[in-house]
Amino acid sequence: MMTDLILVLVVLTNLKLLGSSRLGASIRVVAAQGVMLGLLPVLAHVHELSLHFAALAVGTVALKGVVFPWLLFRALREAEVTREVEPYVAYITSILIGLAALAASFWLGGRLPVSTVEPSSLLVPSALFSILAGLFLIVARKRAVNQVLGFLVLENGIYTFGVGIVAETPFLVELGVLLDAFVAVFVMGIAVYHINREFDHIEVDRLDRLKG
Amino acid sequence: MNALSFIPLLLALILSPLLFGVINRTKALFAGRRGQPLLQTYYDLWKLLRKGAVYSRTTTWIFRAGPMVGLAAAWVAATLVPLGNFPALIAFPADFLLFAGLLGLMRFFTVVAALDTGSSFEGMGASREVFFSALTEPALFVVLATLVSGADWLHGGPVLALVIIALMIVLLAENARIPVDDPNTHLELTMIHEVMVLDHSGPDFAFILYAAALKLWMLGALVLSMVLPSSGGNPWLSLALVSGGMFGLAVVIGVIESVMARLRLLVVPQLLIGAGAVATVALILTLR
Repeated sequence: MMTDLILVLVVLTNLKLLGSSRLGASIRVVAAQGVMLGLLPVLAHVHELSLHFAALAVGTVALKGVVFPWLLFRALREAEVTREVEPYVAYITSILIGLAALAASFWLGGRLPVSTVEPSSLLVPSALFSILAGLFLIVARKRAVNQVLGFLVLENGIYTFGVGIVAETPFLVELGVLLDAFVAVFVMGIAVYHINREFDHIEVDRLDRLKG
Repeated sequence: MNALSFIPLLLALILSPLLFGVINRTKALFAGRRGQPLLQTYYDLWKLLRKGAVYSRTTTWIFRAGPMVGLAAAWVAATLVPLGNFPALIAFPADFLLFAGLLGLMRFFTVVAALDTGSSFEGMGASREVFFSALTEPALFVVLATLVSGADWLHGGPVLALVIIALMIVLLAENARIPVDDPNTHLELTMIHEVMVLDHSGPDFAFILYAAALKLWMLGALVLSMVLPSSGGNPWLSLALVSGGMFGLAVVIGVIESVMARLRLLVVPQLLIGAGAVATVALILTLR
């Protein structure tokens, strides 16, 4: 029941991201999503709680709920003048595309043979939806910070997928993925800062012209 | 059809104007005022019914037909709505389509009557009403379709929560309540529903007021049918539950109106699309 609730909330936060027009709000939503997903493995495997899950949960919540938002807000403060999202695809169209992606995820999730016993039947569809929403956010938004957010949502989707089969995934692999995400966000934060210093803006659609 | 199925209709016809009184009392309480009497809407209706109506020379029969068709549609729609554990007076497969259609007919005649006056302000209100209702109607249909598929609290807790959120937004938008429209505003540029009925007077305006109360009651009854627990077939307990629930809902609306500001007109479509999106998520969750 709790896992279902969290997964529905994850789906709703993804839709909120697709319709959100403020970068600050988007960062907070992604942070909330990360915290919820951090609690997911603990709730999904509540009967067989071990140090493994507890450590994973603490690490995820700390990274996605505290460190990433802090890094992104820092990049936002140093690099952004305005805080609008500036989409290629309008917000309402984005939400409609998101709903279509959600339907596709459920259709696909019902047909995907997953070998292990899942904690919830919503798990695979919502993981697929997070992946699709993340990809869409990367493609359809101009601001570099938003593309970092899209990457994080994508990573959250893969993480959700991993929760279902966490008993089979070695602890080290999970930690490695977290570390990768951390390094990626760290590097992208620095890149955003440097792009801004060189070009006076961080809109990726204007990066195809070289500065002479 | 048994005797109990007359109860929702009778309650709707008698008690619906009281909802406005409860909402206004709640708002007055928040603002630190005493507020108007609870029965104020009944006094207004009685006062308006005794007055004569004034018709502009530019208007045609459409203007006179608007309020009457609106009230008639609301009455017919009220026969289709169940209330808590009481069955509806008339029930047949897919009757929710007729229900939504009757609400649409009511709106259509309000809009056409507003356009018939030839006033540009009423035209603006009509345009907004049609725009926003084009966004609330899909949400309403998706909500009803989700309910038809038969979710209950035991199996679909999150689904029902989503449906209730979406339906509350639809209710507030359809009844011109605060996040979408302010029933107390008297600035023509920002009004939606009120501006369309500016030129109606006397009994015509009484019809519109009464039909609006009925509409609020009906959509409220839809919300209640999801929230209220079963009373185990005891009619008196059911009666207490539905009337308590309905006026509880009115208090909730009053609280929402007291703590929220009206949204900018540009943001309203986003809210309504959001309601539709939430309802669609619920539908997908039930269909899987």
